[in-house]
Amino acid sequence: MLFKTIAKSEFKRLVEDLLKEEEVIGPKKIGEREDGKAIHQFLPVQSYGELDLEYGRTEYSAKTYFLPYKETLSKYKFSNDNWQQEIEYRLKPRFMIGLHACDINALLRLDKVLARDSYPSPYYISRRRNTFIVGIDHPPLEDCFCRAVGADVVTQGFELYLTSLGDRYFVSINSDRGFNLLKKYAIHDVTDEDTQAYLEVRREHAAGQKPLNLHDIPNLLDIEFYSDVWRQWGQKCLNCGSCAMVCPTCYCYGVSERVSMGGDEGEKSRQLYSCNLKDFACVAGNHNFRPDPATRLKYRYYHQHRGFTETFESPLCVGCNRCGRVCLAGINPPAIFNDLQAEGGA
Amino acid sequence: MKYLGIEPKRLRVGVFDFTSCEGCELQFANKEETLLDFLGAIDIVNFREISSDQGKDYDIAFVEGSITRSDEFARIIEIRRQAKILVALGSCACFGGVNALKNAYNLTDANREVYGTAPRETLPTRAIKEVVPVDMEIPGCPVNKDEVERIVQHLIWSIPFNFPEHPVCLECKQRFTTCVFEKGQLCLGPITRGGCTAPCPAGGTGCWGCRGEAAEPNFKEFSKIAHERGFSDLEISERMAFFGGFEGEK
Repeated sequence: MLFKTIAKSEFKRLVEDLLKEEEVIGPKKIGEREDGKAIHQFLPVQSYGELDLEYGRTEYSAKTYFLPYKETLSKYKFSNDNWQQEIEYRLKPRFMIGLHACDINALLRLDKVLARDSYPSPYYISRRRNTFIVGIDHPPLEDCFCRAVGADVVTQGFELYLTSLGDRYFVSINSDRGFNLLKKYAIHDVTDEDTQAYLEVRREHAAGQKPLNLHDIPNLLDIEFYSDVWRQWGQKCLNCGSCAMVCPTCYCYGVSERVSMGGDEGEKSRQLYSCNLKDFACVAGNHNFRPDPATRLKYRYYHQHRGFTETFESPLCVGCNRCGRVCLAGINPPAIFNDLQAEGGA
Repeated sequence: MKYLGIEPKRLRVGVFDFTSCEGCELQFANKEETLLDFLGAIDIVNFREISSDQGKDYDIAFVEGSITRSDEFARIIEIRRQAKILVALGSCACFGGVNALKNAYNLTDANREVYGTAPRETLPTRAIKEVVPVDMEIPGCPVNKDEVERIVQHLIWSIPFNFPEHPVCLECKQRFTTCVFEKGQLCLGPITRGGCTAPCPAGGTGCWGCRGEAAEPNFKEFSKIAHERGFSDLEISERMAFFGGFEGEK
């Protein structure tokens, strides 16, 4: 990895140049909650001013730009006894600016399944390859726990990564296309002073997060399979799937086919669902192996923190706590883990 | 035309209305981009809104509205006798709808409130299924034409269809709507059956439950959440009674 610094005014010029020709997506303030707190979403921006790089957390994760809630996989045209299939997954290159470490780590974890496992998705890979990612450091939020799941730092999965040092950014450069873009602008070699300032920021960020020890969780989940903790939290679950929708890594989906009203065209599409939905748990023959809310809620935690860890050596969860924030019933990972650890005498 | 080699069944369709606003049946004439294909796939033999023909030889009856007058009984029984399949169309037909609000009051008082000194004959509101057996239901106020098309496709090509059972929240999130509870509003989304694509919260209004209850709605937790956010029992129960779709809880 290469390190440089760039003045914030120069970075602004860079973004403004991109905006002339490219699609730029970033954190944008879209409104306020009842309590006056800002609501941000990742959205296409038209000007540098629309980007709010000091944002806390976007309501929805960056996942939706790589794994949309609903996407067409293929289209069919029928004529007499013949048919033609159309598949389209090419994408115009685009820029995403302002992803936090958790969202980049989420993409790296999704890559393990959707790009590097037995059945890579060309749709996902196309979006990943054609997206230039600029990450940015942020002070920890009061309720996120990325450090506990190893998602507070990133060493890959981006082109550029910014850390604010007052009037300039400390830039980690992680790809040749990142370097090639940056070299058109006034960048500076890193001084000892820059390095000290950067390390100080990193230390502050690391120290600012509430400590949470989740190392025993995969094992504890096995031991506490029949724990009453699941029943207690399951009673609260609304089975609405909001947690999985805002989650940067939940990728469970259903595939369905639709025919046009004229019967001469068809479409196969993929839609994201959630383990918590009763109808998503239903299988052929109207059987349901997870008929009650507690089992479905547990299953989501087992996939995120046990199943995925066994297969890919890290939890799927990146600790952003968007699920905890969105849940009207207040179901959130730190509280569940706390109860499990208390149950397990940890 | 054939789909996957399946020769389509030719459906003879009747569309009927009882006590209602006739907005659901109007959806049959909506969605212009597929309207010609839709009308081409079925034979409409009886539909007051589009034709003066009153054919009696229909196989499928789409029935809008609820039953609130004595003369409506004979009509719905006759329609049931003729139709091989009867589809309840919209919230009024499925569970009484807005018309059922009067069931909570003394009928004479309700009559006087609405008609003043010129009272009309009226009975307690009944959903269609409370009077005759119903084969399929499409809830909503109004129904979503897309779901009507899928029912028709199911009937002519035997394409399986499943109405969603999950709450509205899923689709609300899928269109990036900020939860209206966050904006200080009451919303029945967490306990209401989805499939509507959540247009009301996206437009800034909490869900009123026009599609009835989701699979195993968590009323207890929902009520707790609404109370914590400052909504009274009366506000919650009035909202849930509005379309009459929460039979399990009432």
